[in-house]
Amino acid sequence: MAYSEKVMDHFTNPRNVGEMENADGIGEVGNPKCGDIMKMYIKVDNDVITDVSFKTFGCGAAIATSSMATELVKGKTIPEALQLTNKAVMEALDGLPPVKVHCSVLAEQAIKAALSDYYQKQGIDPEPIVGKISECEECHFEEE
Amino acid sequence: MSKFVYADNAATTKLSARAFEAMKPYLTEYYGNPSSLYHIGAQTRQAVDNARAEIAALLNASKPNEIFFVSGGSEADNWAIKGAAEIGARKGKKHIISSKFEHHAVLHTLEYLEKHGYEITLLDVHEDGLVRPEELENALRDDTALVTIMYANNEIGTIQPIKELAAIAHQHKVLFHTDAVQAVGSIPVDIQDLGVDLLSFSSHKFHGPKGVGGLYIRKGIRLPNLIHGGAQERGLRAGTENIPGIVGTAEALKESVENMPERNARLEKIRDKIMDQLLKIDRSRVNGDRTHRLPGNVNMCFHGLEGESLLLMLDLKGVEASSGSACTSGSLDPSHVLLAIGLPHEVAHGSLRLSFSDENTEEDADYILEILPPIIDRLRSMSPLWEKIISSDKK
Repeated sequence: MAYSEKVMDHFTNPRNVGEMENADGIGEVGNPKCGDIMKMYIKVDNDVITDVSFKTFGCGAAIATSSMATELVKGKTIPEALQLTNKAVMEALDGLPPVKVHCSVLAEQAIKAALSDYYQKQGIDPEPIVGKISECEECHFEEE
Repeated sequence: MSKFVYADNAATTKLSARAFEAMKPYLTEYYGNPSSLYHIGAQTRQAVDNARAEIAALLNASKPNEIFFVSGGSEADNWAIKGAAEIGARKGKKHIISSKFEHHAVLHTLEYLEKHGYEITLLDVHEDGLVRPEELENALRDDTALVTIMYANNEIGTIQPIKELAAIAHQHKVLFHTDAVQAVGSIPVDIQDLGVDLLSFSSHKFHGPKGVGGLYIRKGIRLPNLIHGGAQERGLRAGTENIPGIVGTAEALKESVENMPERNARLEKIRDKIMDQLLKIDRSRVNGDRTHRLPGNVNMCFHGLEGESLLLMLDLKGVEASSGSACTSGSLDPSHVLLAIGLPHEVAHGSLRLSFSDENTEEDADYILEILPPIIDRLRSMSPLWEKIISSDKK
């Protein structure tokens, strides 16, 4: 399994990493059992994502996809950010190994979870706008 | 890259210069088929015979012809287990006992047999990674055909009481196999003293070439043919011999055994120093018993981070290590070995295995100890899981 240079670049020099004080929205997806947790923080001004940051527990691809997702939504309007797909994250990273595709799904969902939290804080029901946060479709752990 | 430390010797080792020199003539000038009558066939026949005798002596088998050359550890395990299963089935015995943290070459072979009507009991390995002899005693039944327990674990390096376990199996007249892939060349292995019936080993784990290994089959055990064809390996495993590989195996094993006392004293020092130092890191743990352990094996978990990121960061600093076994790296589940010793998934994800060999020095250990703590800090600083662990601690 080999990562692209872009993945390694975003893994070694992750953009927008760290906690954010007074974030307008915070979203967290994944679970420790799967080995991936992504937490996204956003600042919103006039429907524009003015700032974004992340914290991630996970593999190289989880860190790189988080980093790339923040880059792709920074400065974008909320409707634009909602268009972000896992495919776009993957393409921006010059691809991911097949077993790591779920990381890009998680990154897409983490952005949506942060937006969902933003709407909730505004007293707006997020589901009609953001949709359901489905998390990682490939993680089907049987309940013990 | 200023520094390079290969610390993944449980995955594979570098071919030794001595083994390579021994192999060379058999890759070039001595190309005869050992089955041929003429003199260049006799040369290679002699080389194979000598290697077999040498290996038998180094492992203290009673006769050279108890050693059978195969393509490696997985093949040896498959042959031993499926063969013993077939012998058992002839007498209506279709129960096999093994342990929860065997190599996949054993576990997947047992799963295959389970689908074909065999019953499998996997013994617990407890938190320390050790099988309990009394639990083997309790698991044995009248229809048990085979007990197969690995000598040393490939991930956490724990060494099982093989002699005692084999004796218990024999009291019940049950065959005993051990996957000794991680043990042979690393620690003293005396087959007659152990009393095992079948023992697998692999050359590339002790600085021999890849693609060659062996199965010890005690005299009197009539294991069914593995490969049908010519008369090679007494007709049980047909196919023209891997002569350079076999010659290289004997030379590498000889060298490993010669170096063993000096090497193991050095590796134990390196191992213990690394474990002691890294245990000072908050929420770290050693996986597996510290005493009954391969001299070159370090396996630890660091809470709140994930192993693959750790490996990538180490690789950027020139240190090659592993997290779980290399065979599990393609899957998303943490290693079955770490789960078998009772670790929760999220802790098992944060594991690191360092495995050392003849090639490693104390400077390697110092370098690892210098670069690893900052990497752990960095990964934890960006981990929401670590944040949770710390904040739940403060409450």
